Amino acid sequence: MAAIDFEVELKRAGAHATGGWRRVLFLAQRHVLGAAGLTIMTVFVLTAIFADFIARYDPLSVDAAHALARPSWAHWMGTDSFGRDVFSRIIHGARISLAVGIGSTALGGTIGVIVGLTSGYLSGWVDLMFQRVSDILQALPLLVLALIMTAALGPSLPNVILAIAIPLIPTVSRVTRANTLALREQPFVEAAKSIGMSEIRIALRHVLPNTLAPLIVLATAQLGSTILTEASLSFLGLGIPEPYPSWGRMLSESAAEYVRTAPWLVIFPGIAISLAVFGANLFGDALRDILDPRQRG
Amino acid sequence: MFAYLVRRLFLMLVTLFGISVVIFFLLRIVPGNIVDILFAAAGYVDPADKVDLEKQLGIDQPLVVQYLHWIGGLLRGDLGYSYVSEKPALQEILPRIPITARLAGLALLFSASIGIPLGVISAVKQGSRIDYALRVLSLSGLSLPSFWLGLLVLTASVAMFGQMPIFNPNPQSFAEAFATYCIPAMVVGFRSSALTMRITRSSMLEVLRQDYIRTARAKGASDAAVNYHHALKNAILPVITVIGIEAAFLIGGLIVTETVFNIPGVARFLVEAIRWRDYPIVQNLVMFIAVVVVFANFTVDMLYAVFDPRIRYTD
Amino acid sequence: MADSSDLVLEVKNLKTVFFTNSGLFKAVDDLSFTVKRGETLAIVGESGCGKSVTALSLMRLVPDPPGRIVGGSVSLEATDLLALSEAEMRKVRGNRISMIFQEPMTSLNPVIRIGDQIVEAVRLHRNLSSKQARDIAVEMLRLVRIPEPARRAREYPHQLSGGMRQRAMIAMALACRPALLIADEPTTALDVTIQAQILALILDLQKELGTGLVLITHDLGVVAQTAQRVIVMYAGRKVEEASVEALFAAPKHPYTRGLMASIPAVPAPGVAAQERLNEIPGTVPSLVRLPAGCAFAPRCKLAIKRCEAEYPPLIDWGGGHLAACWRAADVAEVA
Repeated sequence: MAAIDFEVELKRAGAHATGGWRRVLFLAQRHVLGAAGLTIMTVFVLTAIFADFIARYDPLSVDAAHALARPSWAHWMGTDSFGRDVFSRIIHGARISLAVGIGSTALGGTIGVIVGLTSGYLSGWVDLMFQRVSDILQALPLLVLALIMTAALGPSLPNVILAIAIPLIPTVSRVTRANTLALREQPFVEAAKSIGMSEIRIALRHVLPNTLAPLIVLATAQLGSTILTEASLSFLGLGIPEPYPSWGRMLSESAAEYVRTAPWLVIFPGIAISLAVFGANLFGDALRDILDPRQRG
Repeated sequence: MFAYLVRRLFLMLVTLFGISVVIFFLLRIVPGNIVDILFAAAGYVDPADKVDLEKQLGIDQPLVVQYLHWIGGLLRGDLGYSYVSEKPALQEILPRIPITARLAGLALLFSASIGIPLGVISAVKQGSRIDYALRVLSLSGLSLPSFWLGLLVLTASVAMFGQMPIFNPNPQSFAEAFATYCIPAMVVGFRSSALTMRITRSSMLEVLRQDYIRTARAKGASDAAVNYHHALKNAILPVITVIGIEAAFLIGGLIVTETVFNIPGVARFLVEAIRWRDYPIVQNLVMFIAVVVVFANFTVDMLYAVFDPRIRYTD
Repeated sequence: MADSSDLVLEVKNLKTVFFTNSGLFKAVDDLSFTVKRGETLAIVGESGCGKSVTALSLMRLVPDPPGRIVGGSVSLEATDLLALSEAEMRKVRGNRISMIFQEPMTSLNPVIRIGDQIVEAVRLHRNLSSKQARDIAVEMLRLVRIPEPARRAREYPHQLSGGMRQRAMIAMALACRPALLIADEPTTALDVTIQAQILALILDLQKELGTGLVLITHDLGVVAQTAQRVIVMYAGRKVEEASVEALFAAPKHPYTRGLMASIPAVPAPGVAAQERLNEIPGTVPSLVRLPAGCAFAPRCKLAIKRCEAEYPPLIDWGGGHLAACWRAADVAEVA
């Protein structure tokens, strides 16, 4: 039998990771990818907050003399057909992606939780009605529904947020509803009921906190998908209108022409989108592993 | 079984009816219609002409009447006329379907044939370098926007061949067929193969924890027999669901990919019609997509009953 | 002493640990025992005492990570299983050594027909055609007294009741006529009425096939009915070993005595029932931070200073009756 180094094995199992910081450090080591995702997310958020200080030019200022300039020391990522600095536009674009990502996830998530809790609690016709509406919303692919919503509402930042939030509602409400139904059968909820706690109080004090972990996991997973949907909408010309520097818009259909003449206009915004979504997905995955042990892989 | 089918079909009809209502009224809540757009484009406004045209298109009538008119036509197979081309909507939509269907089929094939084996390998080698590499690969598959991937392919094509592939609905050679269908299908399928792989991996890991896997090992079964015979047979069920649902939801990737590659399929047509406010085309296309999604879900449930001996739809 | 060629299983100083994030978990610590051909050895103890890990260690199926067998030897028919390669071990599992698990509901593969699961067990170890293997599978189902075995073989696990499934598990485990059968709480998950039938079936087949049996249970009643010898485990260690008669007549370890006292006796007619069930106070200690001395000391009425400081050695009190207790001599008087 091979010699076994007990200390090494125990370290690997995390036996030494007691106390706050040690625990965090252990988790970061265990979930290297998640830590990388968190780093990317942090950089992304800081970029959005301090965009004015990081950007080297006004993202909207047109300079026809330097249109379609190659990447250079003056314009790190080149300029677009209006002579706008691509780097500065990408830095400012982080704000739009972040606003849409967080805005629609929060909006869709909040409405979804309310609908899900109500639906799970007031079984009967209310539940049945919500279920059928969910069926309807879920029978249309996210992008199709968002396209029609933006077409109906008109292209603007708040409308894009709303258009992406609505398709999220059934996903979130389904999870909340399922958890609510399962939790209602739990002894501690029965106990709360038996001591005369009101249903709303039970819902907020006992059921909601216990369904939070899967919801956080779901929300993080959706964050990347909302950023992608905004990019797709804007790419198709139905999302954030010009001249705002949305990453998807920067790649809009005309980008196919620039593939030949100005590939930097294609490459850099795409990297920005992919990196932001990748960071959100990496972080979301690690969060799921930590918070949702049932799915731990 | 029969009662279950009847109930299922009824619910499907309710859903489709709901979608038709939502779509119809959603498209009409915004001020401004096709006539405004046409007139704005033409640059003059003669109120008499405008009223005339509105009458001709039937959009002067109350919305409910318009809705009933649409649904009535739909049930008879009459989809109305495109506002833009003035041809019957059916004639506009029908020839575009096979193009998109071919792309979707190829993309699914790609997704399953890459995603399932890689997912199994990743689960079996859980925690290894291969597992890590595959997980990063699948996450990047979910993170790259399809349209950007398409643009990158075009960039590479320009760099290597000096030209971009041009769509030909009836490819003459294998190379042309490959460029026309396979490359866009791979671009679409990349994302869904990543999804398939993730689902396969987590499903396999879940199954590998089960008691019956331990029983199989206790019999003396080899790792290969345990993984591929005992585990995969159980783990494949959720994967079927995801592939089935993904089949319908591929349309999102198809919309942007057809746009990037200039492919005249239904997905790109939908975007064009939305931009032109060509209601007859938009609402009929959305109904078509909804029917595909609803039937895909139904097919998945039926497949489940075939693959899982425990499931018998009796209620 | 029996002739050593009669020994099916000889376990020496087995040690299995788990590396967990709260520390080293000694699930099985320095465990030794033997099983003879046709003999039934019962391993008893509370849940978490290391019985099931012992069983998995014998099969070399301890999940790794977090578990690992770190010492000792397990000799089955004079071969040290711990020295075999994984491929060699696979040839032994299901062939010379088999196991029946606690949960018949989840231990059979839900999407494979019962017959096919037994056929697989046969064909893994015997060079037979699928027709021959199928005949053996049906024969085994008949042997475990499943009615209409040929039809049942074509059914899926969910179509069988819990008792039937456990019979099928037994058929599968015995299909290759193993030298040793391990039954880990085989009846715990079943209805009381079914329990006795399954137990009787295992014993009948054991007698018929001459298999050695390791029966893991927490139920002393089952032990009394079935076993020839008993091992009592506490916190991963063997604290007492004796023949069934000797153990029930005069337990030497306070823990064993406690286990026996907690079985409610049926009162004789006219005698008032015991007012309160006897229980062992306290709970099993955390296997991560075991005391230096006897692990049972904190719960033991007889504990003295020495019990907390020094672990008592296993001492033979005559006739192979082993007990690890500083106060074994006084146990009988006190209770």
